[in-house]
Amino acid sequence: MSYFSDIYKGIKTLLTGMSVTGNYFIHARKGAITQEYPDNRETLKMFDRFRGEVVMPHTDDNRHRCTGCQSCEIACPNGSIEIIWDRAVDPETGKKKKKIDKHIYHLSMCTMCGLCIEACPTDAIVWAQNFENSVYDRSKLTKILNQPGSSVLDGIED
Amino acid sequence: MNFIQMIIPLNITKTISDWISSIMPETAANYTIMVVIAVAYLVLFAVAGLYLVLLERKVAAWFQLRIGPNRVGPWGLLQTMADALKLVSKELTSTIKIDKFLYNLAPYFVIVAALMAMAVFPFSKQFQAFDINIGVFFLIAISSIGVIGILLAGWSSNNKFALIGAMRSGLQTISYELSVGLSILTMVLLTGSLQLSEIVEAQRTGGWLILQGHVPSIIAFMIFMIAGTAETNRAPFDLVEAESELGAGFHTEYSGMKFAYFFLAEFINMFIISSIAVVLFFGGWLSPFGITDNITWFPEVIWFIIKVVGLIFLMMWFRWTFPRLRVDQLLTLEWKYLLPLNLMNLMLMAIIIWLNWTI
Repeated sequence: MSYFSDIYKGIKTLLTGMSVTGNYFIHARKGAITQEYPDNRETLKMFDRFRGEVVMPHTDDNRHRCTGCQSCEIACPNGSIEIIWDRAVDPETGKKKKKIDKHIYHLSMCTMCGLCIEACPTDAIVWAQNFENSVYDRSKLTKILNQPGSSVLDGIED
Repeated sequence: MNFIQMIIPLNITKTISDWISSIMPETAANYTIMVVIAVAYLVLFAVAGLYLVLLERKVAAWFQLRIGPNRVGPWGLLQTMADALKLVSKELTSTIKIDKFLYNLAPYFVIVAALMAMAVFPFSKQFQAFDINIGVFFLIAISSIGVIGILLAGWSSNNKFALIGAMRSGLQTISYELSVGLSILTMVLLTGSLQLSEIVEAQRTGGWLILQGHVPSIIAFMIFMIAGTAETNRAPFDLVEAESELGAGFHTEYSGMKFAYFFLAEFINMFIISSIAVVLFFGGWLSPFGITDNITWFPEVIWFIIKVVGLIFLMMWFRWTFPRLRVDQLLTLEWKYLLPLNLMNLMLMAIIIWLNWTI
């Protein structure tokens, strides 16, 4: 008699599936997951793990966490990151110390693989969540991540 | 020329037909009336097909917790009009070494078969272009013609995916034609008539046929909807198109308006299957419990449309719920389950009518 029980089971499971989708159908007006993007530009918040572009956060007094170790530059598979660095005398200890002059990031070459951010020992660079990256001139996509006049935060090397 | 007048009762267009007859000779008038009706039906069902596409997209969106088209016109109502305009303006491309004649012929087979079936439906008491006494038989015959167009399209495209899709369509349609025919036959047993308008009239007293025939009617309805979904090549029986394996199946190589014909024919076929179900099971244009029977001005076609849209929604519900069947599952379902059940159901219906157990 498995023939008829198969039919019964088939109908039952099909109806179960239909009740699930039917439930979605009824609640679609309130629960729609669609983002009507250009209209909700002001309120749209991308989720935290979204990979927009690499940025270097700065504190209020213009300090960043980059020590110029170049781990990110080495980790980058296609050379999107260039660091121009210099040595300067540390006024406290009197020793010469490495510091970054420009942290150059080519957004136009970046594949958003995230290896630089994983490689960074001091969490100096992070993902931003912006995605409106279109510009009229591609040279604008080459960005200097550290702000002018910024310096490394104390105690990062330790 | 009484012959034409006999086969085309033109009640809804009586004033127009009287006017045309008054300004030209009888033969010319008859032909003019035929052309006018044909054009009216073409325009009506082209537009209906377009709005079914829109309905499908909206319903699909709601099933998937999306919003659906809402940019072109209010609530996206002009979306499919814009799509049709785009398709009309596109170039008709083709591959090399196609069979040109068959390639160009195929879309017309499909769309003409779909539109021919529309002629016999009684949308209301007056709104029926072609009331023949073998209406149900005519519908079954016409719905089998469409598959020739699909086979031609697949064969002439010189494309392996199109050919596989077309062969699957042939296999599927021939198999499920049996179930459609037998479940219709079950209901014809109850009405004793093949004329669609008479089938509807039989339901005026004693309720809709799905109630009159109770158990076997409900089984027949379920089998008819399953087989009808397979007939129209829609998911979960869309092995013919099977986007993930065959590109677009038999219409892979078509573009522009010829593609639009295939696309439109699919939706008109859906309308046809739902209309047959409405006439055979749900009382056609009759109102539920006769609530509008006494209102003479009430357009009964509204009830027909409401019922048809309800069944179309059911088919869309199937489409956006069930996964696609494999070919062997498709044939198992038809030959091992639907066909034996259908034959048993036919016997059951015969016994019920013999013992006079109908409601």
